[in-house]
Amino acid sequence: MAGRYEIRFSGAGGQGLILAGVIMAEAASIYEGIQAVQSQSYGPEARGGASKSEVIISENPIDYPKVTKCDALLALTQEACDKYSHDLKEGGVLLIDSDLIHREPQGNFKVTKFNITNTAKNEIGREIVTNIVALGAMVALTGVVSKENAEKAVLARVPEAFLELNKKAFNLGYEKAMAAKK
Amino acid sequence: MAKKVAFMQGNEAAAHGALYAGCKFFAGYPITPSTEVAEVMSAELPKVGGKFIQMEDEIGAMSAVIGAALTGAKALTSTSGPGLSLKQEIIGYGCITEVPCVIVNVMRGGPSTGMPTGPSQSDVMCAKWGTHGDHPAICLVPASVQELFEETIRAFNLAEKYRTPVMIMPDEIVGHMRERIVFPEPGEIEVINRTTPSVSPEQYKPYDTKFGDVPPLAAFGSDYRFHVTGLNKMEDGFPTTKASIVQAEEERQVRKVEANADDIIKYEEYMLDDAEVVVVAFGSTSRSARFAVNEARKQGIKAGLFRLITFWPFPEKQILALSKKVKAFITPEMNLGMCTEVVKGCVAGNAPVHGIFRVDGEPINPDQIVDKMKEVK
Repeated sequence: MAGRYEIRFSGAGGQGLILAGVIMAEAASIYEGIQAVQSQSYGPEARGGASKSEVIISENPIDYPKVTKCDALLALTQEACDKYSHDLKEGGVLLIDSDLIHREPQGNFKVTKFNITNTAKNEIGREIVTNIVALGAMVALTGVVSKENAEKAVLARVPEAFLELNKKAFNLGYEKAMAAKK
Repeated sequence: MAKKVAFMQGNEAAAHGALYAGCKFFAGYPITPSTEVAEVMSAELPKVGGKFIQMEDEIGAMSAVIGAALTGAKALTSTSGPGLSLKQEIIGYGCITEVPCVIVNVMRGGPSTGMPTGPSQSDVMCAKWGTHGDHPAICLVPASVQELFEETIRAFNLAEKYRTPVMIMPDEIVGHMRERIVFPEPGEIEVINRTTPSVSPEQYKPYDTKFGDVPPLAAFGSDYRFHVTGLNKMEDGFPTTKASIVQAEEERQVRKVEANADDIIKYEEYMLDDAEVVVVAFGSTSRSARFAVNEARKQGIKAGLFRLITFWPFPEKQILALSKKVKAFITPEMNLGMCTEVVKGCVAGNAPVHGIFRVDGEPINPDQIVDKMKEVK
């Protein structure tokens, strides 16, 4: 990987996007042994409102901790998609929830879409793991950290009783993204 | 043995820095974006025999910190803008009574409630002039998670060494972002403890200048009994209005920091050797500036960065020296020109100072700085 790779997880407050970003960054920083910085931006409300979590990954020390030209964007809500897609670079990765986003940003992007939230809700049975389904998909689409290291980072973050649930969510997200990828 | 490594938030690192420095007391009142400092202290202090108190408000919290510190404990509080405003009267009390303690203030938008989750750098003047009256001011402005950890240790060291409250002010970005941190072993980073009296309790005076500008401090409540007041005081701690004593004491309290500015001031120079356009920046903005300097160099602009790690005392003589050999300064900051005004004062007209100010809750991005460099080079 040459230089910076910039990832943004966006959606609504309460969807666990900050945690998704943290796990992605931990996979890079702790398990891959490269550099990562995670930062976030959210409104004063505890739930709702557009929320984003940004991760910069690089083999070199990272100075500016925020996105400059976004390499990969996850959008789980229309509001977040509208608000945070402006700096997605040409040819960048865009992952959107196909059930919730009906207006896609215009541009030359590598768009992947599937029913992320409903996958968590109906196939895993817990909407709360939407962020982990999305994380699995982003790992598949970006390729900046290995699937194995990302899974280790997920499992290191969740309580023991929920290990299987999260493992399943992560892997299903990964597989669905691979299948939906153009 | 391999060192302990973690991927950690800035605020959490500040708390761990305090624990490394030997902090045994925390009193605070939660406020975004500083609450994680209190969270970690509440979990960790009981494990090391310390005490954590969530007080009724910020005034009570600051008062409890002064009280605990007087008894000999290293004490910490954490807050953000509105809380810092409330603490100011008691911070002044800490300055005049010369009580070592540390205040972590994570900067968010202001004034008043402002923008609770938005980053800002608009409290740096409050660190010097927030409480009324002449008083010493030490304020540190780290730029990374590792540095926030290490500078919190240094904040305690400076508080103990100079017997005064010390502020450490990460902006919200530095406080909330997560990075890899490598923990030093115990003993690897120097930890300074206050000088305690070498005389007997009967001979002890809490502001005895025969021991220098920083008099030894006994633990309040021990055999050493002394008077503590916010009034101007004599060397035995009792109030006085005698002009010569008040004048001398006020001057000493400021001098103990100002005369030791070289010991307290810390900064980083980046690509300054041949620089014509120099960015003076601190906190997360200095990371944008470093990115911008690298970009500008690729475009043939001789750019450099002077990164403040200590904000107060301000590195006046370093900036003055630079001003004699550069074409222009750029001062990006997430406020409407606080650092810029100080830099202008240091530069004394030797070079123009161009501010870039943002108070919209967004960081100053590197492009803004590069554009300004092109404009002024």
